[in-house]
Amino acid sequence: MSIEAIEQTAARGLSADPLALEADGQGAARQSVTAACLALLRHDLAIAWHQRAGVVASVVFFVIAASLFPLAIGPGLRTLGSLAPGILWVCALLASMLSLSHLFAQEHADGSLDQLVLSPHPLALLVLAKVGAHWLTTGLPLVVLAPALALQYGLPPDDGLRIAGSLLAGTPVLGLIGALGAALTLGTRGGAVLLCVIVLPLCVPVLVFGVGAGLGEAPAFPLLGACLALALFLCPLATAAALRIAME
Amino acid sequence: MPAKTLGPHLRGGDGISPLRWNWLAYASPVRFDPLARHAAPWCFAAAALLALAGLWVGFFVAPTDAQQGEVYRIIFLHVPAAWMSMFLYLVMAGYCALALVLRTRLSAMMASALAPTGALFTFIALWTGALWGRPTWGTWWVWDARLTSELILLFLYLGFLALENAIDEPRRAERACAVLALAGVVNIPVIYFSVQWWNTLHQGASVSLTAAPSMAATMLAGMLLMTLACWAYAAGVALVRVRCILRERGVLHP
Repeated sequence: MSIEAIEQTAARGLSADPLALEADGQGAARQSVTAACLALLRHDLAIAWHQRAGVVASVVFFVIAASLFPLAIGPGLRTLGSLAPGILWVCALLASMLSLSHLFAQEHADGSLDQLVLSPHPLALLVLAKVGAHWLTTGLPLVVLAPALALQYGLPPDDGLRIAGSLLAGTPVLGLIGALGAALTLGTRGGAVLLCVIVLPLCVPVLVFGVGAGLGEAPAFPLLGACLALALFLCPLATAAALRIAME
Repeated sequence: MPAKTLGPHLRGGDGISPLRWNWLAYASPVRFDPLARHAAPWCFAAAALLALAGLWVGFFVAPTDAQQGEVYRIIFLHVPAAWMSMFLYLVMAGYCALALVLRTRLSAMMASALAPTGALFTFIALWTGALWGRPTWGTWWVWDARLTSELILLFLYLGFLALENAIDEPRRAERACAVLALAGVVNIPVIYFSVQWWNTLHQGASVSLTAAPSMAATMLAGMLLMTLACWAYAAGVALVRVRCILRERGVLHP
């Protein structure tokens, strides 16, 4: 944003929000939807980079949780190998849920969530941009780490890559469903635990199909893809409705 | 209540033709409250009579099962509770849809009134299922597709109740829980299908699940009577609870 634009928005009492709507006299925004979503994506990625400790923390949680299971079950590699896809998937699910609880918290706290809700662009697409940024920072590292953790469980590298592939298709769905939960629980007491309670039953199909895809069972991967397609369409709409309800 | 005593707003239109009822008039809490007050005792009475009839048929008329003996008689509570748990979730989701579309607070309150009863029936179904499983399958719990789906339904109910409890502002709580219930109801076929697929894939259990006992007509009659009893009970309890909710949220004053 140029200096003049910043002064203009400040004069109008608006915060210098990431969308930076360049309004002309008639009040119509000259920014296209794509540009707005990309701006939001860049903004969230920049914030995540500046606060990378939080992002790293959720990834470290994933690694720690995955390391707790062998301590609990026992070091036998055959048992661990058969349990690995399920354990890795549950750990990824929990890591996603815990990090999603503050998806909208920052915006809600500083008031720019109002700007997003009131903007002329479709709120569902803005939500999709936010969830995309969140997935890039928290879901994608899990996908990258999964083959290494699979080696820890005594799986051959091919199996590890297959688990990573199932997580690649599955973690976006978890992010989308969790975003709905985050919007519903915005600002309530109860935090991450409440989010888990309301979202985990909805994530059961993704978990079932994800582990099936990790094990290479026949129709699981296409079914996981179908879940992703459905979630990409329905979840942003529901999340936008939930955000409007939370901001009333 | 005879139609004559009700004003033209309830009879619809010009007040001359008595057969056109304006059902939407009952979306007003002031008009709905007397209806609920009068209907609830009748629902409970019907529930009591139907339950007596159903249990009598179930315990004294229905024959002993060839495979399971007398143990199968828990079916007369287990299956109606399971049916009602699923039916009440659908009714709850229907009320939530009405609340979001028509913006009627009473619809959301009916959904809140039904949720604890639905959760109770789900819990009864799971508990009686475990009690039935112990003598027949030799185990308290088995990860059968139906049992697992029922367990996830219980979690959906509990999530609804938890969200309602966590949000202080009542209007926001009603609308947020409505969105959650609709997300749940859309998800239920997917959940059931995924759990069934997961179960058939991993069927290596040594426990052979017996199918439901072949239904003699008297068994079916007993089950249907108990289902109607549970339905009447749920309706009565929901009407009483929604009257309490109306007063708790300050819509009506006692």
